[in-house]
Amino acid sequence: MGSYIPSTADERQEMLKAIGLTAIDELYQDVPESVMLKSPLNIPKGLSEMEVRAKMNAMAAKNVVFPVVLRGAGAYDHYIPAIVGSVTSKEEFSTTYTPYQAEISQGILQSIFEFQTMVCEMTGMDVSNASLYDGASAAAEAAMMCLDRRRNAVHVAATAHPDVIETIRTYCWGRDIPFVLIPAKEGRVDASALHNSLNDKTACFYLQQPNFYGLLEEAEELIKSVHAAGAKAIMGVNPISLGILATPADCGADIAVGEGQPLGLPLSFGGPYLGFMAAKKELTRSLPGRIVGETKDTKGNRAFVLTLQAREQHIRREKAGSNVCSNQALCAMTAAVYMASMGPQGIRQAAELCYHKAHYFAAQLQQISGFRLVYKGDFFHEFLTSCPIDPIKLEKALMDKNILPGLIVDKQILWCVTEKQSKATLDVTIQSIKEVCAQ
Amino acid sequence: MKLIFEIGAPGRETRYLPECDVPQAELPASSKLRKQAPKLPELTEVELSRHYTRLAKQTFGVNSGFYPLGSCTMKYNPRINEAVAANPQFSAIHPLQPKETVRGCEEVLKTAEELLCQVTGMDAMTLQPAAGAHGEYAGLLLIKKYHALRGDAKRTKIIVPDSAHGTNPASASMAGFSVINISSAANGCVDMEALKAACGDEVAGLMLTNPNTVGLFDPNILEITQLVHACGGLCYYDGANLNAIMGRVRPGDMGFDVVHLNLHKTFSTPHGGGGPGSGPIGCKTFLSGYLPYSKSGEKSIAESIGQVRSFYGNFGIVVRALTYILTLGSDGLKDASETAVLNANYLMHQVKQFFPVAYNHVCMHEFVLTLEQTKKEKGVSALDVAKGLIDYGMHPPTMYFPMIVHEALMLEPTETENRETLDQAAEAFKAIKAKIDMDPAQLHLCPTTTPIGRPDEVAAARTPVLRFTPAK
Repeated sequence: MGSYIPSTADERQEMLKAIGLTAIDELYQDVPESVMLKSPLNIPKGLSEMEVRAKMNAMAAKNVVFPVVLRGAGAYDHYIPAIVGSVTSKEEFSTTYTPYQAEISQGILQSIFEFQTMVCEMTGMDVSNASLYDGASAAAEAAMMCLDRRRNAVHVAATAHPDVIETIRTYCWGRDIPFVLIPAKEGRVDASALHNSLNDKTACFYLQQPNFYGLLEEAEELIKSVHAAGAKAIMGVNPISLGILATPADCGADIAVGEGQPLGLPLSFGGPYLGFMAAKKELTRSLPGRIVGETKDTKGNRAFVLTLQAREQHIRREKAGSNVCSNQALCAMTAAVYMASMGPQGIRQAAELCYHKAHYFAAQLQQISGFRLVYKGDFFHEFLTSCPIDPIKLEKALMDKNILPGLIVDKQILWCVTEKQSKATLDVTIQSIKEVCAQ
Repeated sequence: MKLIFEIGAPGRETRYLPECDVPQAELPASSKLRKQAPKLPELTEVELSRHYTRLAKQTFGVNSGFYPLGSCTMKYNPRINEAVAANPQFSAIHPLQPKETVRGCEEVLKTAEELLCQVTGMDAMTLQPAAGAHGEYAGLLLIKKYHALRGDAKRTKIIVPDSAHGTNPASASMAGFSVINISSAANGCVDMEALKAACGDEVAGLMLTNPNTVGLFDPNILEITQLVHACGGLCYYDGANLNAIMGRVRPGDMGFDVVHLNLHKTFSTPHGGGGPGSGPIGCKTFLSGYLPYSKSGEKSIAESIGQVRSFYGNFGIVVRALTYILTLGSDGLKDASETAVLNANYLMHQVKQFFPVAYNHVCMHEFVLTLEQTKKEKGVSALDVAKGLIDYGMHPPTMYFPMIVHEALMLEPTETENRETLDQAAEAFKAIKAKIDMDPAQLHLCPTTTPIGRPDEVAAARTPVLRFTPAK
């Protein structure tokens, strides 16, 4: 049995004696006898590290790792520089807690401050928090930030990721406030439906860019109509796309959120990921979660601290705007190391490679009879196509060739191509698809 | 220390990606492109690597030394957990792969759910919530759903003791409830009269931490849950302090209907500077139909509260926690809890010679000191003592929590500390006590051994500087 208890049984007995007790049972004197467990927990006996590793690896071996991933839909397969894991596995970073004691936490505090700055740079916004759980909960938290006494309805684009839509729906139900889904028209937000839905109760509108189908929304125009109705605009963005695409600030958004997983975090079956959030300056004191600020110490040295804590649950309790406490700090550091290592050129390159490769693959795919783009217009690195054969048959055939094809969405396929796929890989995939379809 | 933006120079970079090998497509219209490049750092890998090594040196983790941060369970984070989670057969799995290709991930989730049900005495578990507060929120939504489906619309209040974590009332508000704060009794436990007075047909439930936030196991726990059930409410267990009781007693047996756990506290996954954590919730069968689901991954459940985030939760954290549970097993978990409680009592026994404990009673895995008297007589606050402890090479205890204790310092040593470490910590308290008696003013200057002195928090909040702006 593995154990991480340093003291021996004899030592523990001595320690008991030192405090005037003789048995561990005496420490549990306040537990009512009737609920005290009479037998061991019904879980297996402990194992050595070697046995546990074998057991866990045996579970892992039941998964299939695909060398070629052409599936996105909220989780993206990007190249992660080796330096990223090397930095974030440093034990000082991984084993520390929320930096309540600034004097011995300058390293982690500064890293969060740097992360906040990078998120501001990427989104064009003024202020950022230290992170939230993931893109979906960040979107929901952003919506909750926009509520006030007069305006409490949350409008959400139907073209957003289904998990984001459902999470915002849940948070609205929790607060007992209206949730309004704005329908899509040809794969994008129906601008006139949005316009007609807006009224003096609308608190905010959530828009995803690129949207779930990979398409670029007319963000600037939609946000103008939201603002004209006196509501706030929240934009959910893919951070890699911001290497080339207009920022939420460029589009006029009040709050930018997103799933930060593409910034150096592994797919890891859906988590841990990273919710990021940045906003216009006037919303600073409505931001949820931790925020790090710069100040000076008693000697005038630059110092970093958790700040604006009067917003937070441990001070305001039931009056706090959010309950967020632990967030995704190490994932935020991962994203910061990724962004810093890539630099402005590298981020742009990643975005361009995604764009060009996705467009190349889409063009090749459309040469095969029966594959056509379902929606017209600009897309980033995801696109929806029709499929001339049973998509499940295509999926199985490609998986047999170690390729994970796009996600099946209502008999159609949502493809995603990132910088990881070489032309040769994409050509082989096209060839395989042709063969399957010819059968 | 220099910020990463102040290192390097324009044009410096390390290239990680290859040249484009496909024909370039036409980019969207310029109105859809960003106006200027983000001002990210421009530096090479060697500069970046050294920068973070410098930052690491100025960060105190569990591996740096004793970290008795009460309520946070800063136990050792075993390295095997990290090694297992880094296996590409876990880390490279897309969350939306077909079922037949993710059997291993499913087994991890299912096994973790079953084992955590056993530890807590619950019937069903979800691993979706990302942190403790997120679990609280989801758990309260189960309670909301339960009353809503029964048509019991007037149950809009949640009872929360004044000793509770701030997340409890904040989560209740997010779940649409109003909060009835009840005061604690003189012994730090639930005031039974206050609870009786609060119970009624508007009560949706009670949120309770037990052992509570002053480190005591509430001896009236069965009466408490019975009272709440009798008035039609449900009982919510905040699992922040589960590390005291594994294998000894279970929330499910105490009468709780919903529980959240903190895998990053009790089950040894690293805290990462404030996450990622994981906050699973467990419940009794009658609530299990309301548990959250993942729309993109599973079929939706008609009566579910819905989704609280994307996909299935912080999977990589669950892998680590499962590794830990399998390593310790039933006996090991019990030993861990018993030793955590023993270590706390051993430390309390020594430290109370120098500073009074708020409640002088056998404690669970943590205890609370009160420096009210020291503050009054010597002008030395809990903050001053905390800062003083830093100079003895340890992380300070939790300060000013719970709010029912004035000038509180809350210590949770955990089971992974040896006797020498506890003795050294007691020596540090002794030395500080001596300093206070001789020259209390010097405590205001602590810490003196750190890269910075005390930061000006007031200025930080008054004129917030929340990002770096390069000099023009």
